[in-house]
Parts: sequence; structure tokens; C-alpha cells
Amino acid sequence: MPLLLTLLRRIGSAIPSVFGVILVTFVLARALPGDPAAYYAGASATPDSIAQIRSQLGLDQPLIVQFFGYLGQLAHGNLGQSTSSGQAVLSDLIERLPASIELTLTALMFALIVAIPLGIWAATRPGSWVDHLCRLLVTLGAAFPTFFTALTFVYIFYFQLDVAPEPLGRLSEIYYTMPPRVTGLLLIDTLLAGDPEAFRAAFAQLILPAISLGLFALAPIARVTRAAMLEALGSDYCRTARAMGLSRGRILFVIALRNAALPILNVLGMVFSFLLGANVLIEKVFAWPGIGAYAVNAVIASDYAAVQGFVLMMALLFIVLNLVVDLFASMADPRVRYDD
Amino acid sequence: MTAPPLLTIDKLSLDFDTRSGTVKALEDIDLTLNKGEILGIVGESGSGKSVLSFAIMGLLDEAAKLRADKISFGGMALNAKSVAEMRGRELSMIFQSPRTALNPIRKVGKQIEDVLVRHAPLPRKAAKSAAIAALRQVRIPDPERRYNAYPFELSGGMCQRVMIAMALACDPTLLIADEPTTGLDVTTQAVVMDLIRDIAAERNMAVILITHDLALAGEYCDRVAVMHAGHIVEVAPAAQVAQNALRHPYARRLFAATPAASAELEDLAAIPGSLPDLRGTLPACRYMARCEIARPDCAQAPLPAHDISPSHLVRCRYCP
Repeated sequence: MPLLLTLLRRIGSAIPSVFGVILVTFVLARALPGDPAAYYAGASATPDSIAQIRSQLGLDQPLIVQFFGYLGQLAHGNLGQSTSSGQAVLSDLIERLPASIELTLTALMFALIVAIPLGIWAATRPGSWVDHLCRLLVTLGAAFPTFFTALTFVYIFYFQLDVAPEPLGRLSEIYYTMPPRVTGLLLIDTLLAGDPEAFRAAFAQLILPAISLGLFALAPIARVTRAAMLEALGSDYCRTARAMGLSRGRILFVIALRNAALPILNVLGMVFSFLLGANVLIEKVFAWPGIGAYAVNAVIASDYAAVQGFVLMMALLFIVLNLVVDLFASMADPRVRYDD
Repeated sequence: MTAPPLLTIDKLSLDFDTRSGTVKALEDIDLTLNKGEILGIVGESGSGKSVLSFAIMGLLDEAAKLRADKISFGGMALNAKSVAEMRGRELSMIFQSPRTALNPIRKVGKQIEDVLVRHAPLPRKAAKSAAIAALRQVRIPDPERRYNAYPFELSGGMCQRVMIAMALACDPTLLIADEPTTGLDVTTQAVVMDLIRDIAAERNMAVILITHDLALAGEYCDRVAVMHAGHIVEVAPAAQVAQNALRHPYARRLFAATPAASAELEDLAAIPGSLPDLRGTLPACRYMARCEIARPDCAQAPLPAHDISPSHLVRCRYCP
């Protein structure tokens, strides 16, 4: 089972990264300006009470002891308390993560559905109008910042044309009931609850933010698809396939596309992580209750535990994402399985 | 030779329209090939030998403008449509650098199967055993195991055998081998060439061997055509090559340039000059500028073709 071996090896190689991330978030929190003990003790604290709180928090211990204490907390799933929401950071993140995931996945899906056919089409007709259209979209997608497209969309489709619902979160709870939480993804939960009305409403809320986010993801995917397909179609093995009389469709969609899959997959991994970052802006524009908006609020409120938890979670997400990309890559290309 | 030739090409010319002008890649190519015959096409890089084979296979890109009085194959006119029907079945091709010519992410056995299934509706199981039989035919040891190998797991020589197995899977009557041994070491070269010759003899299959190695062509072919700058300058029985009986000054130079085993580096006889720029107006004899016996009227059309014997033709005004 070379595939399983690859998976195990990749997971093994992810362990140092996880440790590194934990170390960095720990050091980051210690390096931030301000004394948490004084902060907790409040304005009227005496030096004695601050020292007492410091020893309660364990901040008078050597850093290495504190670090192991932090590791112990993490092992129990304890990311600390958020000072702004008053809740455990972990439950805050779990509460809000699905909103971001749903938005990101929908955006990615939109980008894929547009970008891959466009890239393939452009590659089969280099220099044609499709190719120019592809180039135009790629340039526009890369040139316009997401919040600008998002605001433009809100202005046109909500304010001027009034075809989009108001950009205020995932589902208007005045008109619809929130479905019971199963996956946290509203598109799925509404269907599970048997509420097609709410599904339609949730979908309508999702369209504008997902497209503004997706346009940003579309550019690199279309560009890489076009380039990878051009390279594959011009390759020796595609020439061989033509010389052997294989059909045009087979050469294009089976031989060339499968060979182009690897670079496309790699850029997908990258795009997905861009999207998680770009979420922050889109969530602000659409009042989307995701983790991006949460992190922004936490930074503004100097809510260190929340920021630390957010950074740690994002880092872990990136690691998992890379694992998944590696896994798909080794399925797409046998040569990857043998690399060390 | 009473049977009609398998392949006849009359006055084939090929131009490429590029931004910097029209490239006259091939001009007035006449060629015939009999059933079961091995024809070598020899020339330096850029002489048009590969482009000629792509023209026969119908694999040229859209920038190519092909004109010919006649191209017929097995009694049928070859055009874009008919050649598409015949590719992989009646005529097939193998390439140089076999490792990149195979799909890197598909098992070699499956690649052969794809060709088989494309040309004859076979159940997958029969296709698999046919693919294994094709691998066995090119003398690949342990074909059942190699069936599951990816190209990167095989040596260059093995990959070329897989290519040959794939090209021959549907029993073509003509195989075009475009520098099949370039990039292989010398012993593997001999093995691959022996294999092609033996299978051609077994199946009475015609072969066009494209190479820059005149000695190799002389050894394995029945006839040799020498190309220079898009012209065929000489066609001769292969025996003439070994006897150093080629007439055209370019062909003679090419023969002299073949290094002997004992030769030192300084003994190598390079051909002076380089291929002419194929854009713009060219003299009738495109070798003129490099030729030691050229005279001014070599530039005048038509380029004469004269027969030394019925099977030996030279296109040169002044060669002996």
C-alpha cells in the first residue's frame, strides 16, 4: 500500500510543524506588550495583588515550565477564556468555524466550476477570444481587492437592483428559523431539517460573498489550468497519443487533464489558504459570523487568548490542508508516491 | 517490383507561416516506399526529416501549409481525414526520447491497452492479455510484471520497447521511427534496431527510419534518402552507403563526417557552414553555399535530378 505509507509519512512529517506552531503562538503571546497580570488585576490593584495574580496565573514560573503548562492545557483542549465574549475560546471558534468553511468552500466551488473549463478551453485555442477572455478575467481577478468587488456587488445587486438579500449574515432570523445544528453548514442543516425555504434563503445570503471571494480565487486557478493544459497538450506523450490514433476527447480530458491535475491541485491548496485569509475582509463586509470577523474583533479588543487560539487553529487548518493536497497529489501522480 | 508501392509521395511541399516570414520547410519531395521495405531518411538536425514524417502522419500543427501532387498509401489518397482513420492502425510512429513520449502517470500496459481498445472493440480482459502479448513480442522480460510498471520505473531502452509494442499493437503496415535510438546507449541502440528490423521482416511491415546516423541507416535499411534543408538530395540503395558510393557532395560529406571507432576528436570532418535560412528566396540548390563544387548556375531552377541507376537518384548539377 504505497498510498497508505505516503499518508503515514506525511502525517509523521506534520508533527514537527504542529509543535513549531504551538511554540510560536506561545512565544507570540509572551512577546506581546503589556502585563496580563496587571490587566486582570484591574486599575485599582496594588503591587501585592498583581504579584498574587501573577503567581495564580503561573506567570512567575520559568518560561519552560509555563510552556509545558500551556502544552498541558492544549492537551485538554483548553485555549483559554476570551475576554470579549466571556466564553472559552475553543467553543467560540467551533461555533464560528462552520460559517467560514461554508463560505470558503462555496467560493472555491464557484471558482473551480468557472476556472477549470475556462482554462481548458483557453488552452485548446491559444490566441482566440476565449484565451483573451481568460486573460482578462485573470487580470481583473488578481487586480481588484476582494473587499472592493464585495462592496461593488452589494451596491449593484442589493442597493441598486435589489435582487440580493441584505448583506447581514447567514440567515435572517426574523423570517426563518435557524435549523438545529448538525454540521454547522447551513446549506446542509436546513435540508436535514426539511426546510427548503430556509435553504433557499441561506443560499441567497451566500451567493454574493461566495462570488466576491470566488472571483479572487478564480484567477490563479484559471491561469494554472491554462498553463498546465498547454504544457500537457504540447508534450511528447500527447503527440504519441495522437500518433496512436487516440480520440481528441480522450487526449484532452483523460491524458492531458490528468497530467495537468498535479499543478492545479497544488495551486488549489494555495488558493484555499488565500481564501481563509481573504475571508476576514469579506466577513466584515457581509456581517458574516465567521472566524475571520472574530479574529478582527479580538485583535481590536486586545483579546490575546482569542487571537492566540485563532492563530493556532488557522495554522492547524493549513497543516491539514497541506496533508490533504499531498494525499490527492499522490493519488493523481504515481511519481509523487516514491518521493521522500 | 511489380506490386504498386505502399507509399507514394509526389512533389510534396510544406511551408510554415511564422511572424518572421514563410519557412519553406520542405520542397518538391518525391518518395516511394514498397511493402516491407526499410527506408532510411538521413540528414542533420533541421533538414526536415522529422517534419516530413509528421506530414505523412498528419500530425502537423495548423501553421503548416501542405501541398502535394499526390500522397497515397496502400492505394488510398492520404488526407487529413483518411490519415486520422489510419493512425495507430495502418501507420504508426515511434519517437526519440521514449521516456517522455510515454504518458508518465499511466501504467505502460494500460497505455498499450488504450491503443488496442481504440482500434478494435475488445473486452478489457482480452485487451490486457493482448497488451501483455505485445510486450512479450518486443522481448520485454517478465511482461506480466512490466504491464504494471510506470514509465519512470523503466530504463530508456525498456521504454522504447514499450513504445514499439504500442506502435505495433494493431499490426500497422508502415512504421515511422523518428530517431528511435537517440538518447540510448550503444548496446541498447543495437538491441532496439535489431528488434525493429526483425519484427519488420516477420510481418512484412515497411519502416521509415529517420536518423542523423548515416552508418546506422546503411546497416539497417534497404534504401537511404539523404535530406538537406528540406530537399531530398540523394536516394540510393543502402549498399551504396557502405561502399562510399554516394554521389551528392552533401551525402559524401555526411559519410566522411561519420566518426570511425579509432578516430580522435581532431580527425572528425565537420561539414562547413550551416543550414541556410529557409525563409525568403533560396537558390534552386540549397546546399550551394556550403558546396565545394558549386558553380553560379546551381542557383537556377530547376534542380536537375539524374539517375545513376533506376534505384539511385541524385539531385545535383555537377556531381560526378
